[in-house]
Amino acid sequence: MKFKRKYLAIPYAIFLSLFVIIPIGLIIFYAFTDASGALSFDAAKNFFTNKGNWDVLLVSLFIALEATLLCLLIGFPIAYFLANKKYNKNAVLVMLFIMPMWINFVLRTTATRDILFAIGINGGNYPYLATLIGMVYNYLPFVILPLYTTMLKLDKSQIEACADLGANPTQVFFKSILPQSLPGIISAVTMTFVPVMSSYVISDALSEGNIALVGNFIYLNFANNQWNNGSFMAFVLLILVAISMFATKGEKEETRGGLW
Amino acid sequence: MVKKILARTYLYMILFIMYLPILVLIAFAFSSNDVISFSGNYNFSFVLFENLFSNTKVAKQIWTAMGNTVIIAVISSLISLVLGTLGAIGTFYLSKRKKKAVEFATQIPIANAEIVIALSLTVMFVFLGTYIFKTKLFSFWTLLIGHVVLSIPFVYLNVKPKLTQMDPHIYEAALDLGATPNKALMKAVVPQIASGMFSGFLLAMTLSLDDYIVTEFTRGAGLLSGDAAIETLSTFIQTSLKKHAVPAELRPLTLFIFLFVLAAVLGLSIYRYHNDKKGVRKDV
Repeated sequence: MKFKRKYLAIPYAIFLSLFVIIPIGLIIFYAFTDASGALSFDAAKNFFTNKGNWDVLLVSLFIALEATLLCLLIGFPIAYFLANKKYNKNAVLVMLFIMPMWINFVLRTTATRDILFAIGINGGNYPYLATLIGMVYNYLPFVILPLYTTMLKLDKSQIEACADLGANPTQVFFKSILPQSLPGIISAVTMTFVPVMSSYVISDALSEGNIALVGNFIYLNFANNQWNNGSFMAFVLLILVAISMFATKGEKEETRGGLW
Repeated sequence: MVKKILARTYLYMILFIMYLPILVLIAFAFSSNDVISFSGNYNFSFVLFENLFSNTKVAKQIWTAMGNTVIIAVISSLISLVLGTLGAIGTFYLSKRKKKAVEFATQIPIANAEIVIALSLTVMFVFLGTYIFKTKLFSFWTLLIGHVVLSIPFVYLNVKPKLTQMDPHIYEAALDLGATPNKALMKAVVPQIASGMFSGFLLAMTLSLDDYIVTEFTRGAGLLSGDAAIETLSTFIQTSLKKHAVPAELRPLTLFIFLFVLAAVLGLSIYRYHNDKKGVRKDV
């Protein structure tokens, strides 16, 4: 057999099939079967009829929405200032904003918990607030990075032209800067929304177990051998992931992880 | 000018808030207090440093976890580097349809929630262990597979754009000049995509060092933990968090990790700046 370069893809393709595709197939299988392995919609029924599950899903959606919005609100100006030569010429400053990513995140969560505890916000009295703060702390660098990479490519002459043609600063922002930053925003949303919904450690540690998100729910179901129910919730998450993959089609390769 | 000052103030203010918890934790590395608190005495002391380097049970646990974390990160990133780079090169020459299929599969672990990745792998390992191998599969190997799944797409995605930018004739030229395919790849192609491989490797390391969920689900006994389940830094701290007994010795460790990361970040920034100035490898 003559060597062809495309054969090099074989181990990679086999690895992905074995450890990505087949496992997801199994999750879908377990989501729609019962303990004996027969086709069943019990897990779906349990999911849709149990109010507790809906609460978990709603709280997760809500906290993901809030955390994502907060991260965008805080991160957008940061990325804009960092990428704009007028305000910043220091490459090290950019790195400092991304650097928390490289410190173990459980350790960072511990630090956040300690300081929140010291100022009186703890899981006992403000579980939701503590969790939200923890999420923003953790995901802010992941929002700043794709926004920054996009903003480096902002068409400055368009922004100037906008202003020259009489647009006020608000109009310049909404008509030129924001539309141009859209790929970065979409990328930032995908890097926070689903991860926040499905996070386990942050909600567990900061709310003292008082707030259960989808991640905690799946974990608990699995720990209690409720595979089918856990798999169905995972299936619901998979659908959300599929939506986000569809929404970001063709965008992410440029903006994701682009710093290195 | 005013705008500039305001912008700068905002940047430094957020930066300060971002680092506040870590800095406070580090500040209390030099205190003998059990709990971090702003009221009461600070009690300056190096006792936590002494404890971290002593022979106590906690110190041993911490260093075991630290060692495991690094070993797993290095091995899994190297595997991801090799498999992902070969995958990216191979896929580059696949037919359009097959290429699309591989790229789609590559996107899945990136977009997917970590807990779903972890759960799906675990379900498969339990399934295989029960019905096919008739033994418990969870070990260092399952953990390794989990970490490679997490990081391999990032190697692929970092190498791919370098292949697009590469001169397509370079490989053929090497073959025409008498190189074996193996040699042509190593000597002609790899240097062209090295910067992408490097970024992919770094990202793979980051993901592995940070990971909690996949580790928690897929680990078994082994490595420095011996017959016990492998503890990494993440699982060790999370377990202590749950028991409300986070060892204070982690504070000096945080200081070392912080300094190490800071040095690495500064080093890489300077390296990059230097290369930018020389006008080579702008893309690192």
